[in-house]
Amino acid sequence: MKRSLRPLAATAIIFIIAYAASVVQFPGLLSTRVLGNFLTDNAFLGIAAVGMTFVIISGGIDLSVGAVIGFTGVLVAVLISWLGIHPLLAFVIALGVAALFGAAMGLTIHYLQVPSFIVTLAGMFLARGGASVITQDSVPINHEFYSTLTGLIIRLPGGGRLSFIGLLMVAVFLAGALLAHRTRFGSYVYALGGNAVSASLMGVPVARTTVQIYMLSSVLAALAGIVFSLYTSAGYPLAAVGVELDAISAVVIGGTLLTGGYGFVLGTFVGVMLLGLVQTYIIFDGTLSSWWTKIVIGVLLFLFIVLQRIIFAASAPGEKSPEKV
Amino acid sequence: MKRLHLERLANPQLLALAGVLLINWLLFPNFFRITWQDGRLFGSLIDVLNRGAPVAILAIGMTGVIATKGVDLSVGAIMAVCGAVAATMVVAGYPTPVAVIAALAVGIACGLWNGFLVAILDIQPIVATLVLMVAGRGIAQLITEGSIVTFNDPALIFIGTGSFLGFPMAAVIALALLILVTLLVRKTAIGLFIQAIGVNRAAASLAGIRSRMLLVLVYALSGFCAAIAGIVVAADIRGADANNSGLWLELDAILAVVIGGTSLLGGRFSVPMAVVGAIIIQAMNTGILMSGFPPEFNLIVKAGMIILILLIQSPFATRLFVRQRLVPAKAGPK
Repeated sequence: MKRSLRPLAATAIIFIIAYAASVVQFPGLLSTRVLGNFLTDNAFLGIAAVGMTFVIISGGIDLSVGAVIGFTGVLVAVLISWLGIHPLLAFVIALGVAALFGAAMGLTIHYLQVPSFIVTLAGMFLARGGASVITQDSVPINHEFYSTLTGLIIRLPGGGRLSFIGLLMVAVFLAGALLAHRTRFGSYVYALGGNAVSASLMGVPVARTTVQIYMLSSVLAALAGIVFSLYTSAGYPLAAVGVELDAISAVVIGGTLLTGGYGFVLGTFVGVMLLGLVQTYIIFDGTLSSWWTKIVIGVLLFLFIVLQRIIFAASAPGEKSPEKV
Repeated sequence: MKRLHLERLANPQLLALAGVLLINWLLFPNFFRITWQDGRLFGSLIDVLNRGAPVAILAIGMTGVIATKGVDLSVGAIMAVCGAVAATMVVAGYPTPVAVIAALAVGIACGLWNGFLVAILDIQPIVATLVLMVAGRGIAQLITEGSIVTFNDPALIFIGTGSFLGFPMAAVIALALLILVTLLVRKTAIGLFIQAIGVNRAAASLAGIRSRMLLVLVYALSGFCAAIAGIVVAADIRGADANNSGLWLELDAILAVVIGGTSLLGGRFSVPMAVVGAIIIQAMNTGILMSGFPPEFNLIVKAGMIILILLIQSPFATRLFVRQRLVPAKAGPK
């Protein structure tokens, strides 16, 4: 097997083993119903995690994801419920706003030469604060278009349902994988994360690519916000607090290296599913409290980080990873 | 170190603090009024010191971490864990000093864990501390068994709400810690070593600095400070809330350190200015609350402040106010 695919394989094998172990304990887990709900319940997280994967492969980090989800939810809800705009137009507006927002962050990161960490932290404050200034309350969305979208369900044998948002997440993952591995933009992202200086010497348009990466992340976060508003039929300024941490965890568990330059979009998918499995297992068990989710995710994170270090120490002897903030 | 006295003369942080306080005073003429009542001082200014203390304490530890080019995202979660430890032990009947020492020890242990990941396993700080940031709140809830543990131990409550010479205890603790840590980094060579690691860890190691041990020490200090902040916050509300204690305070602490002029690219740091940064943040908080704006409005002000600092610290601005830099501006990590 190709050495570079090892972390991805490790994640996939761990997921399969964990799933099999859970099924042995709770046979009910092996049903199309549970698998369908896996997709539906984690749709917004998965879509946001795709954008996060690109950011992390490029060597950056985006802390604004959760706040953008919350802001988009509020914006869409207000546009539809208060101003009477058709949801499709509201979606376009929300995605456009997010694109501008991401572009502004990308421009700041590139031209002011500051760590993405602090810029996206400012973005997080701005988006969360902006959402709270628009409204402090939860704004319900009652529009027939929403009912139509949530009613789009493919029924599977065994009582399972593939919802529109679950399929949308799968589509985003496939598109993300194509974008990362089959386009020029994708190779620019990897080059940038591997070594920004050599990338720019080789003719990678660093400024444009950086802006595009953060635009992509914010647009996908906004799409996740729209999906979240479909999921809850409401917009709330404090929705999806801390989702950026879940997204980062999913990306790391999916085998993407946090120093950049290496990773897989489809690995992130397995990471999201693994996080979903932890939650589902805890619900199935019934005696474990929800706080175990956090501990298990923390332990998984730790295991995968150490695993990555061991694999990369073995494959590149004597080479130290570059230190980054 | 050579440029240190220059920085001290310029001191934009104190000017910024004066500016914020002035705005508060213009909006509320009573802002500076301090009264003496029941053996302690009362007033908006005292309130700023009291409420700003937890972030100031966190910022003291965070400064050292950021000076080594790292970041500690786990301090908020460590606060929750240590508050939970102190509260449950007091409730279980242990004497207060034992509970406090145990909580501090847990904080140091958490810091050592972070330091182990960063220094020994060579994991990026942001990822290494993310582990505890995610898992910490779960551990805290495990300790409190999911409920908010309330207590009535007078000695522990004194740490959060008592007063010393009329000043709130939390502010006094922050001040004592500030003096201690400042002496530690400025009167011994440790501060110099930390700066050396932040500028270039490999070079520092080659120059004979035991960078691994120092990194572990820096993270342990951050964990210790987080433990103190956790105890203060728990004592203030007379209960340990695993979900909300110290929530997002790590971001405030990082912001305070950055406002204090410590470079996120490592190497340049100032502990007292980080504390001033924490007080600036709290003064703005108080001002916004007193103006009757929703507290979320604060977030936008904070975002504006970060953008302003980034502009001031950016290479563009440096070129404008031409000042010879020892370290040439280079492409920062993305």
